[in-house]
Amino acid sequence: MVEKFSHDIAIVGAGAAGLRAAIAAATFSDKLSIGLLSKVYPMRSHTVSAEGGTAAVLKDYDSTDLHALDTIKGSDYLADQDAVELFVREAPSEVIQLEHWGCPWSREEDGKLAARAFGGMSVKRTLFAADKTGFHLLHTLLQHSLKYPGIVRYDEWFVLSLAVEDGAVRGLVALDLRTSELAFVSASAVIVATGGAGRMYQFTTNGVIKTGDGMAISYRAGVPLKDMEFIQFHPTALPGTGILITEASRGEGGYLKNKDGERFLSRYTPEKMELGPRDILSRALVQEIREGRGFEGPFGAYLLLDLRHLGEKVIDSKLPFVRELALNYAKIDPVKEPIPVRPAQHYTMGGIHTDVNGRTPLPGLYSCGEAACVTINGANRLGSNSLSECLVFGRRAGQDAASFALSRRERDHNPGGDRSVSSVQYVSLAEEKMNRLLKKEGGQERLAEMREGLQSLMETKVGIFREEKGLREALREIRELKGRLPSAKVDDRGRTFNMEMVHAFELDFMLDVAESVAYSALMRQESRGAHFRTDFPKRDDKSLEGPDKGQEVPPGTDTRELLPGVRSKVPSEDVRLGCTQLRE
Amino acid sequence: MFVLDALNYASDWLDGSLAFRWSCRMGVCGSCGALVDGTPRLTCAAPIPETGEKVVIEPLHNFPVQKDLVVDIGDFMEKLGRVEPWIIRERERALEEGEYPQKPEELEKYDQFSACINCMLCYAACPVFAADKEFIGPAAAALGYRYNLDSRDEGATERLDLLTGGAGAFDCTFVGECSIVCPKNVDPALALQRIKIDAALTSLKSIMRRGK
Repeated sequence: MVEKFSHDIAIVGAGAAGLRAAIAAATFSDKLSIGLLSKVYPMRSHTVSAEGGTAAVLKDYDSTDLHALDTIKGSDYLADQDAVELFVREAPSEVIQLEHWGCPWSREEDGKLAARAFGGMSVKRTLFAADKTGFHLLHTLLQHSLKYPGIVRYDEWFVLSLAVEDGAVRGLVALDLRTSELAFVSASAVIVATGGAGRMYQFTTNGVIKTGDGMAISYRAGVPLKDMEFIQFHPTALPGTGILITEASRGEGGYLKNKDGERFLSRYTPEKMELGPRDILSRALVQEIREGRGFEGPFGAYLLLDLRHLGEKVIDSKLPFVRELALNYAKIDPVKEPIPVRPAQHYTMGGIHTDVNGRTPLPGLYSCGEAACVTINGANRLGSNSLSECLVFGRRAGQDAASFALSRRERDHNPGGDRSVSSVQYVSLAEEKMNRLLKKEGGQERLAEMREGLQSLMETKVGIFREEKGLREALREIRELKGRLPSAKVDDRGRTFNMEMVHAFELDFMLDVAESVAYSALMRQESRGAHFRTDFPKRDDKSLEGPDKGQEVPPGTDTRELLPGVRSKVPSEDVRLGCTQLRE
Repeated sequence: MFVLDALNYASDWLDGSLAFRWSCRMGVCGSCGALVDGTPRLTCAAPIPETGEKVVIEPLHNFPVQKDLVVDIGDFMEKLGRVEPWIIRERERALEEGEYPQKPEELEKYDQFSACINCMLCYAACPVFAADKEFIGPAAAALGYRYNLDSRDEGATERLDLLTGGAGAFDCTFVGECSIVCPKNVDPALALQRIKIDAALTSLKSIMRRGK
């Protein structure tokens, strides 16, 4: 007997984007029933780890045109410029909305919101709550969401697949982690807000939960993934763990130094120095290390982030979390010593193909946040645009889904729409997959071995620098891993919090996402933003001339062809990248 | 090397059935709490002694254990909702009117209480909660009280009733263990004492008003 739930809207993922969407839908109409599913309690979502801030134009000296221009330049001209314009126009009111809901933003002496400098932003426009902006944003959203009886939470429910019938999404299959029971959740609209897929890399700032689940289930439902080759590496993470040391530490004036004590960025991005875009900085760090100007440590080579000249007072008031992290996890007090740093995977620019209302090509299916690709980030996201993106597009997706679900409800006279969906069929498919794991005898290879295999091949072959040979090898190895996964050795046969089963599903999802990243990286024969091909080190603007958006997308289409239109209002500059010079 | 690293090693290479929660491994998601040698700790921030002594890891006290280190915190989520942890105002500003000004010293008043990561270490350490599971407890009380201290909020009176009603703040015996174990230097014991004082003052004021 399969348990069934019915909602107007089902939201998968309860980080900033998912919660913002839920609240938007709940305020759109109190008639709506909203199911909010997450494989973790909402406050564990990875939004919690965002540190530096949220970009929005709220100062007299700033303008939305300038924010748009910075974002488009930062994207290496791949962003959808119409989407960027809309994004920068709506970001300020979202920040104010969060302020009205109680977010403890840091303030100026006069009580106004304080703004700080950030990489690629030409003026101070990053609003912040000390260096725990994501944490405060997430908790504010969660606490505020408790006000709405229309939002029904399913904490620690893991969504395994989407149900698609008659060309529209009808619901989803979810696993209750407490019991391993499967349930069918019918819904007129489903919003996927599951974040990125950083855990397919060995060194990542991402939490362990970021395994690309939503991207994979959408892809399997025939929805295109877009711009997947663009993986952001953050220049400053702690070696070994990959713990993020926020860009705000450079925004507040920190220096990057090599073994000779030199601020080496003067050779790569002399004008912007430490506040250059992340793609350029990450490549510069790797280059320094390759040329022997890094330090050797137990976790490989690293460089230094020096905050000492900022003084204890600034560090404690503006960067308290950086001090705490460095003390706890690197045994370094940044007031007295520089912090060892190296680049680590940080963000997936690509994701589920959506328009500015979060709609995917599959009717009823929406996506927002890091899981989605609108795209405002193009080939490289600017720091502090991602929290704003979660808010702006979370709200838009929530509202559009609400209006869509209401129209369905009027037509079908019940929440969740058409009941004729063959839910049993979807559940039994998931059940079969689960039982293959739980009841399987034998098996040799441990899941951890396969996961580490994936992480290491992504790191070395689909990392900061890529070339055809490595990418082809990576693709072959990923496909091989896919073949081996069903024969993994599984210890846990129980049904209560079987985390091993969860990790097996996650790895299964990650392999699909990794394949799409490696494939897209192989296909893009140019270097742009975060995607650097050593065999094609120059940017090729002919690649921008793709088909326009709104085009029909049959499942299985080579999605790299689906460049959204309107990318040419701001003409691309001849030289933006430090990378081409860097190679010569 | 932290306790969490050891747990991961064990589940990756020795026994995949070991169940424990974790995500950020940087002390902010709040999911990896456990008793380490009898003390509630975030396992991601609890170092393993280099001297090679044995470390005993147990699930957090005072919660129903679901499996291994996984405990049921559903009760806390319900209590959190009960204290109305959101801004209450008679008239809400329109977005076009901009932010509510809040000076740094006004932010300072509630800032530390907003740093709670809901890790449940304080509930595991609280003797009152151990004896009475109805007790509102340190984190929910501090998070509710955080809004009472927020210059943007007008719901303090309503929330004080919620914070002191039933097995509320007055049940706290001020042992202070909650504040000692907090990994984020929140002082929930202080919040609980101040809730008591605020509630006493409020009822005193209403008695005096009636007397007039």
